[in-house]
Amino acid sequence: MNLSALGISPATVPAAMQARRYAVDPMQLLAACRVAWEQGGQLVALWASDDSDRGRGLTLHVVLRDADGLTLLEHPCPDAHTQYPDLAAIFPAAARMQRAAYDLAGLQAAAEDHRPWIRHASSPDDRFPLRRDFATSTQWPSGPEDYRFVKVEGDGVHEIAVGPVHAGIIEPGHFRLQVVGEKVLRLEERLGYTHKGIEKRFENMPIAEGCALAGRVSGDSTVTYAWAYAQAAEALTTTDVPPRATWLRALLLERERIASHLGDLGALGNDGGFAFGLAQFSRLREEVLRRNAGAFGHRLLMDRVVPGGVSCDVGDDDAMAMRAQCAYLTREIGVLRDIYDEHAGLQDRFRLCGIVTPALARTLGMTGMAARASGVAQDLRCDYPVAPYDKLAVRLITHNEGDVAARVAVRFDEVLESLRLVAVILDAMPAGDIAVPLRDAQAYRVAIGYVEGWRGPVLVALESGPGNRIRRCHPHDPSWQNWPVIEHAVIGNIVPDFPLINKSFNLSYSGHDL
Amino acid sequence: MWHILKQIARTGIKTEPAPSPATEGVIGNRLQERILRTLGRALAIRHVDAGSCNACELEIHALANPYYNIEGLGIRFVASPRHADMLLVTGPVSRHMIVALQRTFAAMPDPKLVVAVGTCACTGGMFGESYATIGAVSNVIPVDVQIEGCPPTPTQLLQGILVAVSPPAALRPRGDKASAWTRHSRESGDPF
Repeated sequence: MNLSALGISPATVPAAMQARRYAVDPMQLLAACRVAWEQGGQLVALWASDDSDRGRGLTLHVVLRDADGLTLLEHPCPDAHTQYPDLAAIFPAAARMQRAAYDLAGLQAAAEDHRPWIRHASSPDDRFPLRRDFATSTQWPSGPEDYRFVKVEGDGVHEIAVGPVHAGIIEPGHFRLQVVGEKVLRLEERLGYTHKGIEKRFENMPIAEGCALAGRVSGDSTVTYAWAYAQAAEALTTTDVPPRATWLRALLLERERIASHLGDLGALGNDGGFAFGLAQFSRLREEVLRRNAGAFGHRLLMDRVVPGGVSCDVGDDDAMAMRAQCAYLTREIGVLRDIYDEHAGLQDRFRLCGIVTPALARTLGMTGMAARASGVAQDLRCDYPVAPYDKLAVRLITHNEGDVAARVAVRFDEVLESLRLVAVILDAMPAGDIAVPLRDAQAYRVAIGYVEGWRGPVLVALESGPGNRIRRCHPHDPSWQNWPVIEHAVIGNIVPDFPLINKSFNLSYSGHDL
Repeated sequence: MWHILKQIARTGIKTEPAPSPATEGVIGNRLQERILRTLGRALAIRHVDAGSCNACELEIHALANPYYNIEGLGIRFVASPRHADMLLVTGPVSRHMIVALQRTFAAMPDPKLVVAVGTCACTGGMFGESYATIGAVSNVIPVDVQIEGCPPTPTQLLQGILVAVSPPAALRPRGDKASAWTRHSRESGDPF
């Protein structure tokens, strides 16, 4: 991204890919975001931190992405009561991130919508958990939630409230649908129910220990988060990871993607009324998880990626079994794909359902796997390939229809590509060490980790404090970008298609609520 | 249709015999027989995620796959707490979920069982107690059985569910074999 016209000069941010940081004032912040938008850039993350203990007040951090890499804009706000410019006019995805930044750190945007987002009704509105003077044990009584939803008025309009406890085995969140008959006029989401204070929990943790917590931000993406955290920790401490460890990480990440896509393909079949699909794909997923347990010692691969490398190696027998499994899965998935494609009832549910056009995806800043079903040709493994992806030539998969069928097709293509990658990784993996100790970190440095998980790109921004401890850690899930997109995708669809559309995105609640 | 039938026939039956419970020798019967006898072929479970990271949910989902085939054991997940005999709760309880969890528990008919699933639900786990979480499920509603694990495997989940529905006398641990579950004495009367 070329910001030279703004008269500001960059510093380099330690990261696995190209990343620059700029200190900006309010005008430069707005101008930089406009330039980024015009050059095809995207908002990646936005958060606030409290640096008042270092005499600097609060700081707003904005990460943008374009073909050149990442751009980190830092906007110091010495006075906590000043507002920073509303970025949602340029990047709509900023709206909820700005509300969350206020809820957690007390730094407000000059926006119209000041409703709380992560904070619920019971929390006082003058205490901010990420302020340095906030004790983590602070408590207040719980109370019922009272949130001003936007209402649609008119003849025959009624409201359906769903959640936070849902009918299935899924995470908690609230959905408010305004409908006429079966037709959805408007959906509004209310999240924050799984807010566990993860960012506060990171504070003062030893840098080496934070990885286990990062791996539990969203349990379905534990390898993604752990790798993104490890990337940041290693960049911060200038630790060089042994080559074999990076290949093993890619192996774990692709197996996480395979397991997750298999689970989703089954669940989507089931939500489309095709229980056969769930039985078949959940069987294949179980076989992948059992192989994970056998080869790596954990079904979901938690704590296998650690700062400095990985905690497990792969033996010849396990490698052979995994190769055989890849061939078997490729065959089985081929059979099942034909069945899905030829099943008229299923295709009737999938096609033209929950459409997100490529133009809308671009406007809303949609990201990750769901965005690739709306023609957004982005995948970190291809865009900024870090080792070993620089040697793997990952095939970038996109579809343009933007409906549930396209999100199913992307999963089919990606799972087959990941199976190919696993076989290639097992053949090409170099020998050697699998981990080195993390070196010491200089205090008050910021580094970034950025990894393409099955759902999309996960960012971890890590700031060190004295004594190899974490000063501030912000994990960012792609669900932040994509939750608002669902509100658009369901408009005009019928109520029974909402669960199907929601599942076709399969976004994280825990990763979003933190 | 022909391809579907062919695939079903080719796949065959994958369901495995249910595992022995964690304390081998204490309960010699197979899980299936025990559950069928105790519950007369029906246990209805309602799940509530009270703040979990979603890993426990993935493993609870796995119980429904053909390998574990939980419905074949007479255990069913239901959509309403009013239909449920057992509540499975995951996650450290976030403060934003306290009210929803209490209301779900209150909506269940008596007698009811509560199983805390995963280390976070048992102790608060890595998230502990803070401004945002109240920690263990037992800090909010009475818990009968805890299943540790991050996340517990489907086999551990099945074992814990059996422990919850078995009479206490049958479960006194023998020997020092480590088990994934702990049973709590339940105070009489509901707080609601």
